[in-house]
Amino acid sequence: MQIPTLSLLIFTPVVAGVLLLLYPAQKRTLIRVTALVSALITLALSVFLFFRYDTIAAGYQFMEKLDWLPSLGISYFVGIDGIGAAMELMAGLVVLSGVLVSWNVEDRPREFFAFLLFLAASVFGVFASLDLFQLFFFFELAVFPKYLMIVIWGYPKTREYGAMKLTLYLFLGSMVALAGSLAIYFASGMHTFNMLELENAGFSMEVQRLWFPFIFIGFGVLGGLFPFHSWAPDGHVAAPTAISMLLAGVEMKVGAFAALRVGLMLLPDGMRTWAPLIIVLATINVVYGAFIAMIQTDFKYVIGFSSVSHMGLVFIGFATLTPEGLTGAGLQMFSHGVMTALFFSIVGMVYDRAHTRNIKELGGLARFMPMAMVGFVVGGLVSMGMPGFSGFVAEIPIYIGAWKSYPLAAILSAISIVVTAAYILLVVRRVFFGEVPTTLSAGVKDVTLADKVVIVMLSLVMILIGIFPSLLVPVIQAGVKHILFLVGGA
Amino acid sequence: MEFFSNHILTWILFFPVFGAAILCLVPARSEKGLRVTALIASLVPFALTVYLWFAYQVSPQAPGFAFQEQLEWFPAIHSSYHVGVDGISIVLLLLTTLLTPLALLASRSIHVHLKTFLMLFLFLETGMMGVFVSLDLLIFFVFWEIGLIPMYFLINQWGGEKRNYASLKFILFTMGGSLGLLLAIQMIGAVTGTFDLLTLFKTWPGISQASLFGLPTQTVKAIAFWAFVIAFAIKAPIWPVHTWLPDAHTEAPTGGSMILAGVLLKLGAYGFIRLVLPLFPAESRQYAVWLAVLAAASIIFGAFAAAGQKDFKRLVAYSSINHMGFVILGIAVAAWAGGSTDPALQQSAIIATNGAVLQMFTHGLSAAGMFFLVGVIYDQAHTRVLERFGGLYAILPVYGSILIFMSMASLGLPGLGGFVSEFMVVRGAWPVFTAITAVSMLGLFFTGVYVLKALKLVLQGPLNTEWKGHLKDISAGEIAVIAPLMILSFLIGVWPSWIMQIINQTVMSWF
Repeated sequence: MQIPTLSLLIFTPVVAGVLLLLYPAQKRTLIRVTALVSALITLALSVFLFFRYDTIAAGYQFMEKLDWLPSLGISYFVGIDGIGAAMELMAGLVVLSGVLVSWNVEDRPREFFAFLLFLAASVFGVFASLDLFQLFFFFELAVFPKYLMIVIWGYPKTREYGAMKLTLYLFLGSMVALAGSLAIYFASGMHTFNMLELENAGFSMEVQRLWFPFIFIGFGVLGGLFPFHSWAPDGHVAAPTAISMLLAGVEMKVGAFAALRVGLMLLPDGMRTWAPLIIVLATINVVYGAFIAMIQTDFKYVIGFSSVSHMGLVFIGFATLTPEGLTGAGLQMFSHGVMTALFFSIVGMVYDRAHTRNIKELGGLARFMPMAMVGFVVGGLVSMGMPGFSGFVAEIPIYIGAWKSYPLAAILSAISIVVTAAYILLVVRRVFFGEVPTTLSAGVKDVTLADKVVIVMLSLVMILIGIFPSLLVPVIQAGVKHILFLVGGA
Repeated sequence: MEFFSNHILTWILFFPVFGAAILCLVPARSEKGLRVTALIASLVPFALTVYLWFAYQVSPQAPGFAFQEQLEWFPAIHSSYHVGVDGISIVLLLLTTLLTPLALLASRSIHVHLKTFLMLFLFLETGMMGVFVSLDLLIFFVFWEIGLIPMYFLINQWGGEKRNYASLKFILFTMGGSLGLLLAIQMIGAVTGTFDLLTLFKTWPGISQASLFGLPTQTVKAIAFWAFVIAFAIKAPIWPVHTWLPDAHTEAPTGGSMILAGVLLKLGAYGFIRLVLPLFPAESRQYAVWLAVLAAASIIFGAFAAAGQKDFKRLVAYSSINHMGFVILGIAVAAWAGGSTDPALQQSAIIATNGAVLQMFTHGLSAAGMFFLVGVIYDQAHTRVLERFGGLYAILPVYGSILIFMSMASLGLPGLGGFVSEFMVVRGAWPVFTAITAVSMLGLFFTGVYVLKALKLVLQGPLNTEWKGHLKDISAGEIAVIAPLMILSFLIGVWPSWIMQIINQTVMSWF
């Protein structure tokens, strides 16, 4: 009998989350250990999936299917392609990191970890969905833990605003995407939500052109696509550390992934028609995001806008419709997920100790928390696309893809590399080096062991991929191969 | 043994990284243990390079690329880990592996965060060596950029007063230059579908469908050419994009300045020789005169600026611009002669190119030596203002003699290394760019002016009494750093053929 690995991956956090809610609230150690164990299990499962994914056979693997509502053509249908496998691994890493950095949560840890695990289940579910309805189900499932976690555990000054803005934006986006999806469901005339069948539906040109922007941009809102990105910085800043990590690291990839899976893969001709518009929007993302990040005075907003900038490269990669561009987009989703999770975890560590995120009020922290500095520098180097780190490995193919189809996008978005270098170096210098401000002269405590584990684990992943891209690239390429088949040659 | 000799370049390249990993395990309190470990980690590549030097001369591939290794790295975009050396890269490899241990020895005054300092230094060494041995355009870029980060932190963390300004200026200038380089590399990769240099050398110059926004191929290639040239010109540096250099050199710690002037500047010149000339022969020829003019400007303005400095270290920094100008002048001659069949022109180009490569080596020796000597006096006097010294020869006779020796090597006194290389560049350039070379000679004259000015202000005249009893003469440990540089400089001055032979073999095969 085949082990239902993907179902285990999706439902382990659900079961653990429910279990947590049944525990008595004062048993903190038990609660934390349960959350940790389930995060470790999901990471182990995602590692297993990643390495057992057969890159030569490619296509969808680890498939499981159960009829759910046959009359409407809805089924529980999971399976992953190469990009899905990479995303599951990235999500597994980020979820475990999120649990570790939240180790010392004081306020209602039981609910905190339970919601965190529900959120994890939802993202694992989206990356594995092969049924359109089910994809929506998991996509929307994330809304309630996200909203509650920001409102309850978020940054007191902006949490109501940030949570509301985030929820409304994403809700609107997914409604638009849902409208598009239902439209193609009916247009196909096949009465099925099975995406493998929909891939071969042969939608007419008119259908593709009309409904593509609804789906792609609707999902793109969660991916931070300009001009619908403004929920991201506000939401990230308002959220507690672990949620910022999951939001920017994984949730934004969920948006991009859904736009890829439903928009690009089901409606390839729509993508081809609308690619110039997507390229323009994404290039604005890249350049504008970098410039806005540079002028921020809040440490966390810098990282928030840098995510907007980096996600633009993912959309550029999609829109090139070239093997290099798509491979690069997959790599960038992975690399950025890990990188931004590391960034937000360190921002959280700094804030917990210094009680301010104003860059001007910080300084000289490398003296007290050297590991945080090292992690931030590694993340920064990835962020500025420095060779030897995963960011370079991801960006180079995107740029090559862009050179082949939209050279101007490559040239314009390259501006962001220098701007990114400038703001990262400035932040590193102001926060971690230089004079310690008088408010912090008493010193701050070093990061905890759990924090160090997170920093080392995420940094190592990025360095390893930077030096040995072949650890990740073949898996992504296996996924890209199928996409190119759907797009038709190219 | 087989495994070792088949991968010797990889061993040389990554041994410093391995050493840095070992350093992690040495306790931070044991300063001596740290220094010894780092020194060994940098001496092993040196020993291996010396072995490589002799092995190369009997290698069947010489004068082409020997000791090649090729491994899949990033097949999705057709980039591979492809390394190999020819006569030029081997000379620069020797320079790098020689200067790194010396720079480590010169960093005795560093005590704060010593472990990090040494690790960064070793990473820097790998980055620099990687550029010299890369035979894949993307790998070249990888190493080109990797060297930046350790240097940024060396200046930013262990530098002088204005280190923040200097380090940011350094990295933004270099990254700004790299941006065009990166875009051009990406474009070449997108058009040809390969990054392998040996393939690109054959195919790229003749390619005819590099279309971009509907511009003609020639224009596209000219744009790519300028992107390469600007990146390398900033690093070399050539006037007018040199302004990061005086700040970075002055603020860097002594060991960092030695490497900056000794090796990092050579990366720019090496980029011209390795990439620009073979990839863009037509464009190089077209713009060779401009390159020569800029080289002359660097020579003259570098000399004038050096003569006007009040700070000893800034003076030495500007002298680097002056000397690198000769390297660029030699390269301009090679660019002009590319593809020519005129035997007289070929002869000149060979001499000039040989001179340019040798000048990289001899300037590496003399610049590193000068920065070290400035560091020695600064460590004791805590000032570098020339006016505040004076008459130091009376109390520091050994230091004074060494300073005179190195200054003369830098000035190009016959019998020392600098003379041979500058003479060869001028001899090669004279028949090709007569007027420009003549003007450059004026710069050479001012080289004498600033060198003698520095010597006069520091060593001669009445002794500034504030130093009496406060300064000690150069120590044996410090002499150990400077002695190899002096010996090599002298050796090249009196008997250049041991090094010329290896350079010339490669250069001859081009024309």
